[in-house]
Amino acid sequence: MEKFIELFAEQFDDIDIATLNAQTRFRELQGWTSLVALLVITMVDEEYGVVLPPEEMRKTQTIQELYNLVQSKL
Amino acid sequence: MYNPFALIGKTILVTGASSGIGKACAIECSKMGARVVITGRNEERLLSTFEQLEGQGHASISADICQQNDIEQITATTEELDGVVFAAGVSKLKPIMALNEMDLQTVFSTNYFAQALLTKSLLKAKKIRQGASLVYISSISGNGNTATGLSVYGSSKSALTSYVRYAALELSGKQIRCNTILPGRINTDLLQNSTMSDEQIQKDMERYPLKRYGEPEEVAQTAVFLLSDAAKWITGTEIKIDGGRTLV
Repeated sequence: MEKFIELFAEQFDDIDIATLNAQTRFRELQGWTSLVALLVITMVDEEYGVVLPPEEMRKTQTIQELYNLVQSKL
Repeated sequence: MYNPFALIGKTILVTGASSGIGKACAIECSKMGARVVITGRNEERLLSTFEQLEGQGHASISADICQQNDIEQITATTEELDGVVFAAGVSKLKPIMALNEMDLQTVFSTNYFAQALLTKSLLKAKKIRQGASLVYISSISGNGNTATGLSVYGSSKSALTSYVRYAALELSGKQIRCNTILPGRINTDLLQNSTMSDEQIQKDMERYPLKRYGEPEEVAQTAVFLLSDAAKWITGTEIKIDGGRTLV
């Protein structure tokens, strides 16, 4: 999970990783944009070999939920 | 002295620096106070550029940006950058009917793929600083000017120009500016090596309202402007430098 948060944070232009945890509702983050969303999808594909289905990704709100979704596809 | 066009304190990477526009860009950047990292394929000619740089602290990396290994080498070797001039490029004069797959691959590989892949590699490795300026040397070919025999060259350059607009948008969050320069014909080896005869060149020159081809230094000075703080609010645009060629 720690590694996932690290990778997740890397997709933002400018974010303090210390402000993120599993319960963070990432869609409410100031730096969350459609571009970051695409970068996250790409990161998950490259790092985990998982292609996130958009409709399932849309339902996730917290980093934990996103992480769980990735895990369920491994 | 007040000079918002100076590049003092900036580190600038210049590709295609062994000749032509790239070489001129490297030299002009050094004259404006930048530390320059030059890269190019021809080691000997790269050295000649290096020797002409003014000031201290410059670096030279012999590499072919069409090779992924070399892109990685440039990325690993270079320090953090305040600017990049993407000047590597190749030309091809061949009619549509004579084109083969190799022609397409060669031209697009340098003029488009390598630019996009080097950009990505530098970004991913965080070698491009916030507030940096990326300058891509495209061409009026495929961007307002259409000439016989230049379909592959022109279309690779319009692809590049288009790419830069997307890059400008996507990188704006990092305050990285991306702009394109569209030169008309410039007196470089690229021109001398083309299959045009002297007579054809003379005739072609007449089509330029300013009645001559450009000089590499003139393009380089436009690049200096885009790299400098004077252009801090300019992103996603194209600057034509063509002696008025696209007017007629």
